[in-house]
Amino acid sequence: MSNYPAFLIIAPLFAACLTATAGWIRRSLSFPLAVSGLTVSFLSSLGIAARVLASGKFQYSMGGWAPPLGIVLELDYLNTPFLVVVSGAALVSLIATRQFVEKEQEAKAPAFYALMVLAVTGMLGMVATGDAFNLYVLLEISSITGYALVASGDRLAPLASLRYLLLGTIGASFYLLGVGLLYMLTGTLNMADLSRLLPPLYGSNAVLAAFLLILCGIWLKAALFPLHAWLPGAYSHSSHASACLLAPLMTKVMIYVMLRVMLSVFTPAYIFDHLSLEGFVVTLASVAVAAGSVMALAQRNLRRMAVYIVIAEVGYMVGGAWLGNQTGITGAVLHALNDVLMTLCLFLAIAAVAGRTETLDFKDLNGLFGKMPFTMGALVLGAMSIIGVPPACGFFSKWFLLQGAIEAGRFDFMAALLFSSLINVVLFFRVFEYALYSDGHMHKQEEHGQTGIQEAPLSLVISLWVAVAGILAVGFCSGPIVRMFIQPALL
Amino acid sequence: MDAIIEIAIAKYNYWMYISLMMIGLYAIIAKNNFVKKIIGMNILQTAIILFYISISAKRGATIPIIRHAEGHGHEAVNAMEYMNPLPHVLMLTAIVVAVATLGVALALTVRLYARFETLEEDEINDQIREAQ
Amino acid sequence: MHEIYSIRPFLAVIASLAVTPILLSARSPNVREGWTFAAGALKLGIVVSMLPAVLGGSVFSFRLAEILPGIHLAFRVDAMGLLFALVASTLWIVTSAYSIGYMRGLNEHSQSRYYCFFAVALSATIGAAFAANLVTLYMFYEILSFATYPLVTHHQDEEAKISGRKYLFFIVGGSVALVLPAMIICYIKAETLDFAPQGFLSGHVGPGLTTVLLLLFVFGMAKAALMPMHAWLPAAMVAPTPVSALLHAVAVVKVGAFSVARILTGVFGVDLLAEYGLGTLLAVLASITMLTASFIALSQDGLKRRLAFSTIAQLSYILLGVALLTPKGITGGLVHIAMHAFGKITLFFCAGAIFVATGIKNISEMKGLGRRMPITMGAFFVASLSVIGLPPGGGFISKWFLVLGALEAHELVFLVVLLISSFLNAAYFLPIAYNAFFAKPENADMDAGFQEAPAWCVAPLVATTLASLWLFFNPWPFLDLARLAVAQVTGG
Repeated sequence: MSNYPAFLIIAPLFAACLTATAGWIRRSLSFPLAVSGLTVSFLSSLGIAARVLASGKFQYSMGGWAPPLGIVLELDYLNTPFLVVVSGAALVSLIATRQFVEKEQEAKAPAFYALMVLAVTGMLGMVATGDAFNLYVLLEISSITGYALVASGDRLAPLASLRYLLLGTIGASFYLLGVGLLYMLTGTLNMADLSRLLPPLYGSNAVLAAFLLILCGIWLKAALFPLHAWLPGAYSHSSHASACLLAPLMTKVMIYVMLRVMLSVFTPAYIFDHLSLEGFVVTLASVAVAAGSVMALAQRNLRRMAVYIVIAEVGYMVGGAWLGNQTGITGAVLHALNDVLMTLCLFLAIAAVAGRTETLDFKDLNGLFGKMPFTMGALVLGAMSIIGVPPACGFFSKWFLLQGAIEAGRFDFMAALLFSSLINVVLFFRVFEYALYSDGHMHKQEEHGQTGIQEAPLSLVISLWVAVAGILAVGFCSGPIVRMFIQPALL
Repeated sequence: MDAIIEIAIAKYNYWMYISLMMIGLYAIIAKNNFVKKIIGMNILQTAIILFYISISAKRGATIPIIRHAEGHGHEAVNAMEYMNPLPHVLMLTAIVVAVATLGVALALTVRLYARFETLEEDEINDQIREAQ
Repeated sequence: MHEIYSIRPFLAVIASLAVTPILLSARSPNVREGWTFAAGALKLGIVVSMLPAVLGGSVFSFRLAEILPGIHLAFRVDAMGLLFALVASTLWIVTSAYSIGYMRGLNEHSQSRYYCFFAVALSATIGAAFAANLVTLYMFYEILSFATYPLVTHHQDEEAKISGRKYLFFIVGGSVALVLPAMIICYIKAETLDFAPQGFLSGHVGPGLTTVLLLLFVFGMAKAALMPMHAWLPAAMVAPTPVSALLHAVAVVKVGAFSVARILTGVFGVDLLAEYGLGTLLAVLASITMLTASFIALSQDGLKRRLAFSTIAQLSYILLGVALLTPKGITGGLVHIAMHAFGKITLFFCAGAIFVATGIKNISEMKGLGRRMPITMGAFFVASLSVIGLPPGGGFISKWFLVLGALEAHELVFLVVLLISSFLNAAYFLPIAYNAFFAKPENADMDAGFQEAPAWCVAPLVATTLASLWLFFNPWPFLDLARLAVAQVTGG
């Protein structure tokens, strides 16, 4: 069917409207509506993937207006896997966090579902669109809904959300300004058109200014260290439902946008031949990786630790993308995909744990392996992926990143990656130690087996294991994914 | 000196939007009160809207409404006579976005005030520190 | 070389992994242990079923998934891999029997977890043995590292926690910080990671880089316990004794030694190492470790700690054998994997049996123990002979080949090292057996009469002792497999 791309965006958009309105009639209607919207999206993304694999990339003109006049969705090798992973992860996280939403939001649950679905709509649109201004609008859709989602949480959530809003708006404004400069220079907003018209202007300072503004805007939104200030608060004070949806997706989608801008609007020829920024950016990324890891090490709370891991991972991807060789970009793309699954698994596990312990401080995690074996099992596998143990998917993207770093002679980035892997071992095994040992006392025979299993709700545990299955499946299929999607995308 | 003045005058629209942007950024970063920060944010957005509008301006051109309605005359449309409509359309969207952002920001501010009974950032930080 | 494409290697790997859900959910210990034995028998059966064909010169291979472009998660069963898999899967069954006696005898907690991770560890061991390329090897190596962490920290006390940290620091630190980059450099240079019988790096790297890579691999594979990466092994002795027995005398440490042997032959290739004189470098490192560890072992009073340092020394025999780069030397190194395994596991079993029966951990308290536990201490004596390398212990065979290898390589230094080390072995093992039987007991308990450990503990250690003896008279199939492997790696 040729209308998959339309369903991809429109189904969740309508579902969001219906979810909110259906809530006025009956609250119980809204959740199935939200789920069905995202399910249609997920299935459409699979349809798109099948079509791209069968017959290569294609365009979908919204409303039938041909580009560059009309707005198009570009479906190619680069964004298809992102669409599948983003819509799939969003669906899993929506289903998994139902209990949290129903319990925390009560009467406002329909609106909350609508916000979640709308945020996903924005992200899917950002991934699919072939229009630079359209991207801004979709970015703001997902951001504004994101601010609202973040605002529902603990006592400090509104503050975190407001800070996120202020910084996020600066980022989006920078992006918009950059796009304005490009429009001034070329008179078009279509990405394909831009990349065709820009090369003769590569010497111009205005192009440089546009590129840097766009890049800074994206980095601010992607929380690249040192522009990460909004992220720890936003993802650690918000409700678990918001964090499970936004933390895995938002930064990764922004990384995708960065890759799209680097590859499809500007060209690697411009970025690596005309500018010589890569030295600086890779150094910055190395610092980001190291700093994120060290800050994670300083935390005494599971959730705050996870938040800083996200920051370190952003450094992985930015660094890989800027290594300037194909291996590095392959690593960045693959890592962005993997990181969606890994972060999803991590945050779902944290949400599950949060439901059964007083706080998420390490000291309250004692004896968790006995209490929640399935959740902790999933957390262990997710942690293995983040550490980079094969066959979990995290290993393979790290492989490409390291290979790219060595090929480019960037041993500082390589060292940062290895350092971060080792820190991750420390981070997670510290948590496992707390979870394994009870109150520092010797684990006596008589107390074992009598604590009883107090697992998280079934839907959450199942979703968690779906994420784990995704991690392993993507790991085992890394070869085909790279060969069938990422390598053709970079040709 | 003359050259600089000439540039300043010839490109005054850019100087305007850059100044506005810097005012906005300054307010977001340096102001202590969240409402002032939000105002700064709005100034920043407005600056960019002005930038877009100014690049579509053209000396001697008119608003982009085609002068001869359908069925009246057959003269070719001369694009030189009209201002570029696209930035205006884009900025309509951007204004909507800005309004939505402002709405969310103000709603958050209300929540913030309800919890902390102040909108000064340092006072809120003090309260958080005391609570810990 | 005839290649047979078969799923059997994969089944051998998965056999023990597949039963873990049953082990975890089993309601009664008998059901759980019954399944452990079933999995063990199945695994051994599959491994043995490949023996005739491999002895006939065939190779089994199987590809599971493409994990990186051009690199598969693949298995390849050749003589070297089968030798190791045979040792590990045989001893798993024996250790399972011993575990029943030990764990029930001490009424240990969390036994389901224990059996489950044991099964995972065995899967990883067999996987490493059958790995067809470096990434697959690395994968199973890492899985083994993490699967053994809960076993090492089984007691969940402060000491276990600290040992667990040390264990992770050396093992995971080495593999992530050293092996991973080395592996990627190999891939960049040679564009393949599939083990070739005579190495794949030849012609792609210069002497400097080869040296760096070699050092990254041998130190990074910290399970091989080459000094200074050995410190985890004594620390890991806090684990329950069956864990120390199978994992820290057989599976884990031998995976380290086996991996290094595999990398030396399958990645670098004997010829490349000989060309750049790197065999000697490695042999020197191994010799230093061997002598130092032996001297430290002399001073240890804890029986398990003494055994641990002995293991560190013995692992270096394997490395030294391979590093000699002569057919006889490599044969000796590979056979030593088997011989040392049977000997050392017996010694650990004895240490455990003594602990279960009497609660004694230190050698100084063992005077006169032979009167109470004659079977255990008799087995201890025979196994000591094997580890020292005296007839009629199986260890004699491997030492003999190592000595021949040193002569063949005209490296008399290493011959001397081997002899000194053997002498040291004798010096730290024989007094234990002597004191147990002939010294005057220091406390009266020792005259309490015959008091052996439970039958489940004693039977396995008797079995491995007899196996050790039998291997002296008939080292089939290990010697044949080792010779076949050597023929493949030296191209002779």
